[in-house]
This record gives sequence, structure tokens and C-alpha cells, in this order.
Amino acid sequence: MADSDIKAMTANLDAVEFDETAFTEPVPLSEAKVAIVTSASLHHPDDEDFSPTDTGYRVLQSETRDYVMGHWSPNFDATGFALDINTVFPIDRLDELAAQGVIGSVADEHLAYAGNQFELSAIKMDSGPAGAKFLKEQGVDIVLLTPV
Amino acid sequence: MSTLAHIFEAEGIATVALGSIKNQIESTAPPRGLWCDFPLGRPLGVPGDPEFQHRVLATAFEMLQSPEPIFAEYDVIIPDDESEVLACPMPPRHDPDAHPAVDEANGLRPAYERAIAKYGNRVGAGRAVQVDDITTAIEAFVRVAEGTSWKEAGIPGIPSRVSQDIRGYYETAALALSDHAPSAWAGTRWFLDHTEAGKVVMAARQAMADAGENNPIWFYMAPGDR
Repeated sequence: MADSDIKAMTANLDAVEFDETAFTEPVPLSEAKVAIVTSASLHHPDDEDFSPTDTGYRVLQSETRDYVMGHWSPNFDATGFALDINTVFPIDRLDELAAQGVIGSVADEHLAYAGNQFELSAIKMDSGPAGAKFLKEQGVDIVLLTPV
Repeated sequence: MSTLAHIFEAEGIATVALGSIKNQIESTAPPRGLWCDFPLGRPLGVPGDPEFQHRVLATAFEMLQSPEPIFAEYDVIIPDDESEVLACPMPPRHDPDAHPAVDEANGLRPAYERAIAKYGNRVGAGRAVQVDDITTAIEAFVRVAEGTSWKEAGIPGIPSRVSQDIRGYYETAALALSDHAPSAWAGTRWFLDHTEAGKVVMAARQAMADAGENNPIWFYMAPGDR
């Protein structure tokens, strides 16, 4: 078994195409509020678990770092996250960057979606824009996207 | 991941997307995409290494200075050597009347609890099977491996989710037994190839495949290259 074999399995997956590449000019990093959005299906223990075809998102609190891996795919290594949440969700690193003044601040709330989805229309039309609205309402300027 | 990048940018939020699979991040073309050739499941690279993680983040955030969409390749690769197997001491047989996998799982319970106390339950049991029922789940897969239909074997949930909990139980326990942080996939290789429970899961999976069950029911009980 090898990481390269697993990656090769995705080689022929159809990519979602966008007519144009949207592009937002960021505010200076040192002034930006930064959030993490991950496709790792993380959630808090008391939150609803992700279903296999779940296109929704869960809110991850900065303050409570008891994140659980809820991903249904067996096709990634989970021990890195088990040892150190920052391997997937670098919240401690963002705190350090904020303390150093490299970034303006860290969002209080972040988002997790379920990756490994093959039908993305609901994310494009519904939960994606809803997640963006949620983040904008708390003043997020920059999002770091992390997979597993 | 890249789909969300396109959507967020359209809504006025700047994004930087990390990607572990080159052809995927290239084809989905997020506005700012950094391909990091790291093992799947470790997008920041190295657990417990803040310096390494900070360097990845610095590279990602530098891309925000680009005046137009940009794709970059991170300059450090973390290869999977495809052979490292987690080495950790296994508990001796305790109950000769129990199936070896059940006896093994019971013997790993103290290590599992130590790992949970140290790290929290991040990937262990609890999604479909609570930790007290892990051996019940293993027994169900033993019955499947021996020829019982999976629908009649008493599997306490969707087979892929149940097997994921068993794997998570073992990989979490291994964190307390190993003397070093395992490289990516070393724990999975150990579970699937070197534990009694892993052998049971794979045998049950094969039995379901041989019985002509629908592919999604058994395929996701183990990584897809198995």
C-alpha cells in the first residue's frame, strides 16, 4: 500500500469547471482576519456527524479544540491529525502568527466540509455561498483551505 | 476544496488552497493553489513540528501578494517510503477461548485509553461503534469472514464506518505503544497487515466481495488500493 497509489486513483476524476476564476484582492495580511476552512469533515464531539454524501458544513470554534475527524474516506492517513491537530487544522500556528503580528487576527469560528464528494452542485449553489456568508458576517478577510 | 475557493473568492474572500494531489489542484485551479507533495491526511506536512508547519503557511500566505491567480509547488517533498510499518509491542494472548482478534483488541485497551488521555479522541472509536463495543464489531466481521451474510452478522453500523472505527481504535492505541511519531500510513499498514483485527476486516471485506455484494458496501472498509 502506498500514498502514490491512493493519489493515482484520483487521476481521472472529473474536475469542477468554472467559467472564470474569481479573484479577490486581499487586505494586507497583517490586517486580515484569517479563518481555516477544511474538507476534513472535522466537527466537535457533540455536533452532528457527517453523512457519506453530506454537503453541509460544521462550525469549528477556535476556543474549543476538541475536534473529531468525521471523514468517511479510508484513503488518507489519520495518525498525523491524531498526534497534532495542526497537521490538518493549523489553528495553533495561526494564533502564533497573530501574536507575532504576521496576520491581523484569527477568526473565532471556522468551517469544515466533507471532502470526497462527487456531486458538488449543492455545495456550489447552497452550502458554499452560505459558508462564505457566515465567514463574511464575522469579518473574515482570508481563508486558508486545507484538505486531507 | 478548490470548489470552495472559487465560491469564496466570488463572495469577496481571498483564499489560499493547499493541495496534496497535483493533478487535482491543477485541474480544479483554485485562484491561489499550493501543491504540497505530502502524504494524504497531512496537508501541513509534519505533526508536532511547528517550524515545518510555519514554513508551509508562510509560503501559502506569500501567494496572497500575487496580483493574479497563481499555482505553486512547495519545495519540500515528504515521500511515503511505502514500506515503513509501525513497530510496537503487542499484548500477549490472555484469553485462549476468545478469537485472537478479540483477545488482541481487549489487550490494547489500556494503550488506547492512554492515547486518548494524552491526545483526545480525534480519530478513535465512537463514530459508529463505541469503544466498549469494538470487540462486538470485530466478532461480527469474524462471522462475515466465516461466511455469514453481512446483513445477518450483527455488524453494528455501516460496514465501512465500523471498520473505520476499528482501525481508528488500533491506530490510536498504537500512538501510546510506539516510541516515535509514525510516518504517514505506517499505522494503517500495521493495522491491516500485522494485527489480527486487520486481518479479520480484510477477510470480511474479501468475503463480501466474493459474495457479490455491492461494491460500496465493502470497498470502503479499507484504503482503495487494497
